[in-house]
Amino acid sequence: MTKHDLRGLTRRQLLSRSLAAGALAVTGAGFIAAPNAAWAVEVTVITPDQMATLLQMARDIYPHDQVPDPFYAVAVKGYDSEDMKALVAEGVTALDAAARAAGFDSYVAAGWEEDRVKLLQGIETTPFFQTVRAGLVTGLYNQKEVWPIFGYQGESFSQGGYIERGFNDIDWL
Amino acid sequence: MVAKFDLNDDQVVVIIGTGAGGGVLANELAQKGVKVVALEAGGRYLPEDFVNDEWESFGQLAWTDARTTSGSWRVAKDFAGLPAWIVKAVGGTTTHWAGASIRFQDHEWKALTTYGAVEGANLLDWPIDGAEMAPWYEKAEAKLGVTRTGDRAGLPGNNNYLVFEKGAKALGYKEVHTGRMAINSADYDGRMACQQTGFCFQGCKWGAKWSAAYTDIPRGEATGNLEVRDHAHVARILHDDTGKVTGVEYFDKDGALQMQKARIVCVAGNSFESPRLLLNSASSMFPEGLANSSGMVGKNYMRHTTGSVYAIFDKPVRMWRGTTMAGIVQDEARHDPSRGFVGGYELETLSLGLPFMAAFLNPGGWGRGFTTALDHYENMAGMWIVGEDMPQLGNGVTLSETKDQHGLPVANVNFDDHPNDVAMRNHAYRQGIAMYEAVGATRVFPTPPYPSTHNLGTNRMSAEAKDGVVNKWGQTHDIANLFVSDGSQFTSGAAENPTLTIVALAIRQADHIASEMAAGAI
Repeated sequence: MTKHDLRGLTRRQLLSRSLAAGALAVTGAGFIAAPNAAWAVEVTVITPDQMATLLQMARDIYPHDQVPDPFYAVAVKGYDSEDMKALVAEGVTALDAAARAAGFDSYVAAGWEEDRVKLLQGIETTPFFQTVRAGLVTGLYNQKEVWPIFGYQGESFSQGGYIERGFNDIDWL
Repeated sequence: MVAKFDLNDDQVVVIIGTGAGGGVLANELAQKGVKVVALEAGGRYLPEDFVNDEWESFGQLAWTDARTTSGSWRVAKDFAGLPAWIVKAVGGTTTHWAGASIRFQDHEWKALTTYGAVEGANLLDWPIDGAEMAPWYEKAEAKLGVTRTGDRAGLPGNNNYLVFEKGAKALGYKEVHTGRMAINSADYDGRMACQQTGFCFQGCKWGAKWSAAYTDIPRGEATGNLEVRDHAHVARILHDDTGKVTGVEYFDKDGALQMQKARIVCVAGNSFESPRLLLNSASSMFPEGLANSSGMVGKNYMRHTTGSVYAIFDKPVRMWRGTTMAGIVQDEARHDPSRGFVGGYELETLSLGLPFMAAFLNPGGWGRGFTTALDHYENMAGMWIVGEDMPQLGNGVTLSETKDQHGLPVANVNFDDHPNDVAMRNHAYRQGIAMYEAVGATRVFPTPPYPSTHNLGTNRMSAEAKDGVVNKWGQTHDIANLFVSDGSQFTSGAAENPTLTIVALAIRQADHIASEMAAGAI
């Protein structure tokens, strides 16, 4: 099991901006950003294209259409590191090669999720895919800020539990 | 006045582990005036320390020292280094447990006699029965404050229970209620009533759920007869030329090797660590490990036949609100081979928070088939299956090639389902799904077993020395002053959550040890 690991180094700067969703764009050296410039991810070790690939992978592995991109960016930000550099470079290269063999310019350039999922299924057993997938289980779903999107309320001790706040309020049975 | 005993005091009883078995035994002996040194590998955490956040709490409490796995069970693939979700802390897994406290049914003490020989299974009758255990169960229920026993009322049902109850009644189930729980429905024994907060698995911050960490342990210490040494990891049990145990070697909190002398040693480190310790204590006199003349140390590992059923409805349930496991259907707990398997199972309400649901709903799963389930987390209800699994010689604990932080071989846990386990699980999945569909579920999830929480049988109790490791008192057949005091004593698993039985056995064992000591027999 992956230990508790919030890859949240830049979470504060990400979340201090509005949570506008939108396709990602590589905007120049060292950054990828939302088209409306609502937020950006800085990369220092891996390339912007590699980070864009990781972000798309995150959305395709655990797609939640109601969850904006910044949460996914937080979840994969940790791959911008010396430890992960080689794994990411090899993995993205192999994924893009598979995409070209299937007639796309790259993995990210495949426009339909179904096509990208087929490409991911082709690398499903690789350490690269498994590392990214396993990391997302905590990296994405253990962000407290993402919980309200799913209706999950987290701790309730500080509010005295639910004994007077709806532990048995179901009204449709 | 907390006691402090000398390392060379050879009159103390040394207890290894402070959970439902060791923690209770330590207090019960201390109350009788017996001097006890309890060695606990983990640290001390009390309600104010518990964290209502699933991963953070896991990091605080769970046993995450190395273990290895093998066999065909899915846990070995998805959680290869985490065969069990149990606790390393003073109080052991009584901080994490759900609180379900139900007695064995009378026939379950006699599994071999009741079920007959089952091919591939190593069934055996316990050398004790329901009549023998009844008074000890009563003491255990009073100690834990179990609801629906004595004059204690049941807990109120939360949203998850109300869905579960309606489905159960639609199927015609009769034994449906909010459980017999070691969670206070009213103030009891100095502990407050349940506030329906959730996070029962992360340690109850109100202290409404019984845990040895804040009941038996401090009460034992208050007698002046109990010293608990935390961060004390036992490496080896020592013996003399006559084969009697004389003490234990342990690594203290600074990593220094210490030796504590003992009159009696009681092993209560759960069904992985207890056999591991006996095997790691092999010597020239006992080359196969201590108390292992039968060859049964580490064998016959049982983990209950488990699994979960989650279901999505078209309206909100909010299952995480309130007590995590206060709801039970007992109709299927009977032995009825017409269902295609021997033994029975319980269905119990269960919920996980979003982070653990993502980790455990379908480990390794991804894509929209997985994520659309989580999208409706708010509309989910959940239940857990707990049924009797078959003891098998090939299932169990052996010493791994992997070493821990002290250089000691870790436990490898091997497990394959028995066909009876598979048949029971599939039956339970069908019944659980039918319950939720009767309430209008739009999608159901027969979810695979989590890393084990009920770990049983690896030092089992037997009438004959050739069939098991300990006798009816938990005393090893081979060494008179060496006892086993945890769930590894279990001869068979029964359908019930094991903690109440572990506690009842520990109270009974304390009574026996104290009287044998007084008589000078050990």
